[in-house]
Amino acid sequence: MKKKQYKGHKIERSWCKGCGICVEFCPKQVLELDAEGKVSVARPQDCICCKLCELRCPDLAIEVICTEPGTENGHE
Amino acid sequence: MAVKDYIRQRFFPHMWCPGCGHGTILNALLRAVETLGLKKQDIVMVSGIGCSARISGYVDFHSMHTLHGRALAFATGVKMSKPELNVIVPMGDGDALAIGGNHFIHAARRNIEMTAIVMNNRIYGMTGGQFSPLSAHGSMGTTAPYGNIDHDFDVVELATAAGATFVARTTTYHVHELSDFIAQAISHKGFSVLEVLSQCPTHYGRRNRVGGAVDILKTYKNNTVRIGSDKKQENPDLIERGVFVKKELSEYCREYDRLIAREHREAE
Amino acid sequence: MNKTPETTETSENIKFMQGNDVCAQGALYAGVEFFAGYPITPSTEIAEQMAMQLPKHGGKFMQMEDEISSLCAIIGASLTGHKVMTATSGPGFSLMQEALGYAVMAEIPCVIVNVMRGGPSTGLPTHVGQGDVNQARYGVHGDHAIIALTASNHQDIFRMTVEAFNFAETYRTPVILLLDEMTGHLREKVVLPEPGAIPLVKRLRTAVSNGVDYHPYLPREDGRLPMSDFGEHHRYNVTGLYHDMWGFPSEDPKIVYGLIRHLFDKIENNIHQIARFRKYYLKDADILLISYGAAARSALHLVENRRRRGEKLGLLELQTLWPFPGEIIREACRNVKFTIVVEMNMGQVLEQVRLSVDTPEKIFLANRIDGELITPTDIRNIKRVIQGKGI
Repeated sequence: MKKKQYKGHKIERSWCKGCGICVEFCPKQVLELDAEGKVSVARPQDCICCKLCELRCPDLAIEVICTEPGTENGHE
Repeated sequence: MAVKDYIRQRFFPHMWCPGCGHGTILNALLRAVETLGLKKQDIVMVSGIGCSARISGYVDFHSMHTLHGRALAFATGVKMSKPELNVIVPMGDGDALAIGGNHFIHAARRNIEMTAIVMNNRIYGMTGGQFSPLSAHGSMGTTAPYGNIDHDFDVVELATAAGATFVARTTTYHVHELSDFIAQAISHKGFSVLEVLSQCPTHYGRRNRVGGAVDILKTYKNNTVRIGSDKKQENPDLIERGVFVKKELSEYCREYDRLIAREHREAE
Repeated sequence: MNKTPETTETSENIKFMQGNDVCAQGALYAGVEFFAGYPITPSTEIAEQMAMQLPKHGGKFMQMEDEISSLCAIIGASLTGHKVMTATSGPGFSLMQEALGYAVMAEIPCVIVNVMRGGPSTGLPTHVGQGDVNQARYGVHGDHAIIALTASNHQDIFRMTVEAFNFAETYRTPVILLLDEMTGHLREKVVLPEPGAIPLVKRLRTAVSNGVDYHPYLPREDGRLPMSDFGEHHRYNVTGLYHDMWGFPSEDPKIVYGLIRHLFDKIENNIHQIARFRKYYLKDADILLISYGAAARSALHLVENRRRRGEKLGLLELQTLWPFPGEIIREACRNVKFTIVVEMNMGQVLEQVRLSVDTPEKIFLANRIDGELITPTDIRNIKRVIQGKGI
């Protein structure tokens, strides 16, 4: 079975309040809070497209773009 | 449609505190609506007063921000007068079960097809951290500075006893479950109650020394189990998650339509 | 009593019924589609009639868990585009004040009938009293304006019930209908008007098409605010907070000022359109009675009785209590020797009348506050005292 392919995180910086939930519960430690206390993608290569950060984000500030197996373009 | 197509983006970032679980409930609710393929104009969201109640302003549905505790009463009129609408009623714990307790049990008893979501952060957040009817015995609040001597409701047991035909509980940590339960609750042909344990790091967390949003989410992870889990036998203090009640019973609006049809037949 | 039937009397449309049932008939005539209520003496018959009649007319009746939820439910039903009503009495009306304020603020058309009984508190459930006049005006916290109507006989109860619906739609506001225990339970003749005999005001709906920005809280030039039903394509917000023209909460002082002004102006500036009253023998009157509701029946009786003896008494019967028709009162009081306000409370309308005239010292009160209907003799005795005669 082919895996989803990671294309990137789309982050609404102005919506992020820096609670750190996404950072703490990312199973692959992909995310960090930057100097301004906002979420940043520190290790994109480790993302497995589980989207838990996107789903748990209380600020609706994260979107993980991944391609579904067998498609060319990014799929939300 | 993407989740962002269901919100009024001009009001973001929202007004909730950093790490507030209510945002996660909004997040999951939008995904549930998307999964169900509901049209925005077919949904009415009716909320009461409190932190939870602000949710209705953020969704791009028909929205009513009403009075403290009265959301279900307003929603009943909306649903009964236009039963084809999907009516979703998010409420806070004080909102739903203190000032709104009577409306809550009677909406459940009538079995009118609406979705009640109790966003349970166990405290009055907007007024600054007073204990609620869902604050545990012994917990701290600004109006319980020496510890709460009230006993709390169990929302699941209360809703079940009052006659709700769909009753479920989950937390803002269990996000897949959360949007799944919201979708199930909206699809249910009767009165559905979903209790969501939702963290209030600002007031509950600080006052009860249980830490910030991340720490409270960890307690949701560690102190809850799926219904029927063996762990509950070993540790009765664990809180069960899952769908507790799912049954069929004649729904109020349909029952009234049948009454009208019967009257018309007899008149002819 | 002097009545003006809206239609020709036939054996079919002449009825003998109690005032509460007449009110229900008036509501059906006006096109009520949704009623939610809670049993309370002396208004219960209105709910019973609604439970019986509404399903036959395609409408819906709900018995709620209390009066709070009753008013909340009809507000919700109004937003889906229906004509709505609830009915209650004193204690229930007290419980409704919270949602009444919401309906004022969110500008929701609805009709609230309060069949008044003796108060305060549970007071006198089966006796007459008119102590809720000021509550109708001031019961809601915060500044606001309100429309409150009343009637003294069954023909007028029918008419004013229809008017209440018409005003609710015209001004996008809750309208209170203050009836009395006495007329509510009294049985007398009423002629049910034919359809079309009394004009009905339909819900004004927006013509703004799908995809175009709709402003639910932006008045047109004539002051009216077209609505859009929940379930139609315009999605907007409804709140009890101060709000902008889309219905979203705002604390902007300009918006706050604009909204409170609008809530007052849409009613106070239309006082002449809203004022309903009946004048009896006013032209040459030198003693004026001002009364309303059940008390006006005794006042009229006395006026007609005294006229037969050559005394120049006149009666101004108020049917609109709020906004208070001060100018009409002032005009009516101008050329009389003195005025007696006849009511069954400690002088709630008396106070308004005194505020409206140039010579408040010439305004007197004939009241009764013991739960019994004020009689023509009660009023005559007060008149004689004022005139310096013995009782």
